Amino acid sequence: MVTGAGVPALFGAKGYPAALEWIARRAEAFVIPLVALIVGMALFSLFIALVGKSPILLYETMWRGGFGSWFSIQNSLSRAAPLLLAALCVALPARLGLVVIGGEGAIVLGGVGAAAIGVALSGAPSPIVILAMGVAGMAAGGIWIGAVGALRHYRAVNETISSLLMAYIAIALMNQLVEGPLRDPASLNKPSTQPLAGIYRIGNIPGMDVHWGLVVGVVACILSWVLIEKTRWGFAARIAGGNVRAAQVQGLAVGPLIVGFTALAGGFAGLAGMLEVAAVQGSANASLAAGYGYTGILVAFLARHNPLAIIPVAILLGGIDASGGLIQRRMDLPDATVLVLQGMIFIVILFSETFYGRFKAFNPDLWKRPDLSRGTA
Amino acid sequence: MDATEIGLWGVPLAILGGAIRVSTPFIFVSLGEAITERSGRINLGLEGTLVFGAMTAYAVAVMTNSPWLGLIAAAFAGLCFGLFHGWICKFRGVNDIAIGIALMLFGSGLAFFLGKPFIKPKAPNLPAIPFGSWSDIPQVQAALDVNVLFLIGAVLSVILWWAFRNTRAGLIVRVVGDSSDAALAMGLNPDTVRLLATGVGGALAGIGGAYLSLYYPGSWTERISSGQGLMAVALVIFARWNPLGCFAAALLFGGAGALGPALQSVGVTQGYYLFYAAPYILTLIIMIATSSPTRSLAGAPGELSITK
Repeated sequence: MVTGAGVPALFGAKGYPAALEWIARRAEAFVIPLVALIVGMALFSLFIALVGKSPILLYETMWRGGFGSWFSIQNSLSRAAPLLLAALCVALPARLGLVVIGGEGAIVLGGVGAAAIGVALSGAPSPIVILAMGVAGMAAGGIWIGAVGALRHYRAVNETISSLLMAYIAIALMNQLVEGPLRDPASLNKPSTQPLAGIYRIGNIPGMDVHWGLVVGVVACILSWVLIEKTRWGFAARIAGGNVRAAQVQGLAVGPLIVGFTALAGGFAGLAGMLEVAAVQGSANASLAAGYGYTGILVAFLARHNPLAIIPVAILLGGIDASGGLIQRRMDLPDATVLVLQGMIFIVILFSETFYGRFKAFNPDLWKRPDLSRGTA
Repeated sequence: MDATEIGLWGVPLAILGGAIRVSTPFIFVSLGEAITERSGRINLGLEGTLVFGAMTAYAVAVMTNSPWLGLIAAAFAGLCFGLFHGWICKFRGVNDIAIGIALMLFGSGLAFFLGKPFIKPKAPNLPAIPFGSWSDIPQVQAALDVNVLFLIGAVLSVILWWAFRNTRAGLIVRVVGDSSDAALAMGLNPDTVRLLATGVGGALAGIGGAYLSLYYPGSWTERISSGQGLMAVALVIFARWNPLGCFAAALLFGGAGALGPALQSVGVTQGYYLFYAAPYILTLIIMIATSSPTRSLAGAPGELSITK
């Protein structure tokens, strides 16, 4: 929305304070998703009531499992760490108008790449190995999603479908590597790569039971925000996302821009895989495909592809994820309960898109004029 | 194993049989998606519809002991999903691709949630016709054991191909898909046509799901579909929105899916997981080969967001 993107002081002269207008314009971006979230949860309580359980008990359990105690908060934060990075994998390409949904593939390959490097370099000093694992994870994920961007720009292959197909291919590739060349013979029931030596594992933030991945994720979100909002690349990306032809007329190198943004996005997802290996699993195995890539899609949409908004949303959804186990045990509900809730929230959030720009309260242009001016930007 | 009796001939035979067995869900989902996309909208949620259809069919078949009632229930469930997609996408600012992704997650989640009690019991299967009974070779018999849904799908492809060209309804769908303005000028309501087209598409995807749980692989598990609904969407693009093309492409994809198991049955186990990925790789290669950055795809509906 670029309606009346004038100087604030000009509006101040119209009889209401410029600050009020500033608040009104920005309130829309908070209020609409928040109301949508509440509506989604209300619809879900209806569903829970329909299957004969108590919605009140459900939300109480969910609160207790997600945020009710220091233990559960730490649990939620641990789950938020990969979600932050997985959501960036959706949010960054979205700035260019691309819908990339195959972050799961980049996570999986990032984890495998990091595990392979970590085992290959065993014996080297630990900071070097951890750094190399991070680079390997980012490179593996970056190549995977960067390829999706390149196919989109140079071959016009739809990125939504290709990224999801590549996610399935990545999982097959991981299974092949973990069952074959990279397999640790000692892993019997659950084929895995060789375990990382203890010194190459990433530990917890001092005083907390949350690994350093949370800090990495938050820093990645902040850096992404700076990239999009404060640099010329981000500016160019927003132009290309608005209208590719206009960007090309302006002389912007759209191709490198798309490949660069998608590769960076995939790199972040790959980093999530590396963290899962180095901080949680200790080796690469099928647990890498735990669905963080798919929850990340929801986080990014809920945050409206704003990297800073991703931070609170990822913690919220990490909490919902974390409470899944408790819901299952306490209320005797299937483990897919959380999936249903996420699906409902997702649909309502997307539906809420239709309300942007429709409410007079958020739109100072409509405050002092007759309704006739609606639509004249 | 008798596989050694006919030696390596078992491989193409197994691929042929596999193609016939595996292709049926692709046929139904892609025909449904072809109708939806011809009307100018894309429904990526058919993956979720497929999974939910599989669960519904299995649950109803277990409870009523009739696979046909299961099939009807799956079609109805798919219709509801399709109508929901069609309804919600008519609102301004609502993106049909994103809604599809949401419905993909929601449909799978709901199917896993409601289908939990049905993982154990055994449902009656849809019937198959043994076209291979003339042969003494078990592999030939197995390959030519053709389910009735495959035959229905084949006939439906021809009917739809004919209907798009020769009927009033086919013309209406095509006009709406090519230009909303032209449709409005003709006095048609694009939203209504797309609603119905998406609904029918969903119903067909539900039938595809019923085949999965009631015939092949023939039981309800949470891993019953691994992206088949989504591959069918890519398949429609490859088939150029032509129902006959959808049928042929579905057979090709079914064959690719049967490659891994066929090679395994003759003792080739190297790279098993990579062969398992063959349908996805094939889909991707086909998409790369048929897309072009300079011209829009031949036969593409003008209103379709995915090809713009």
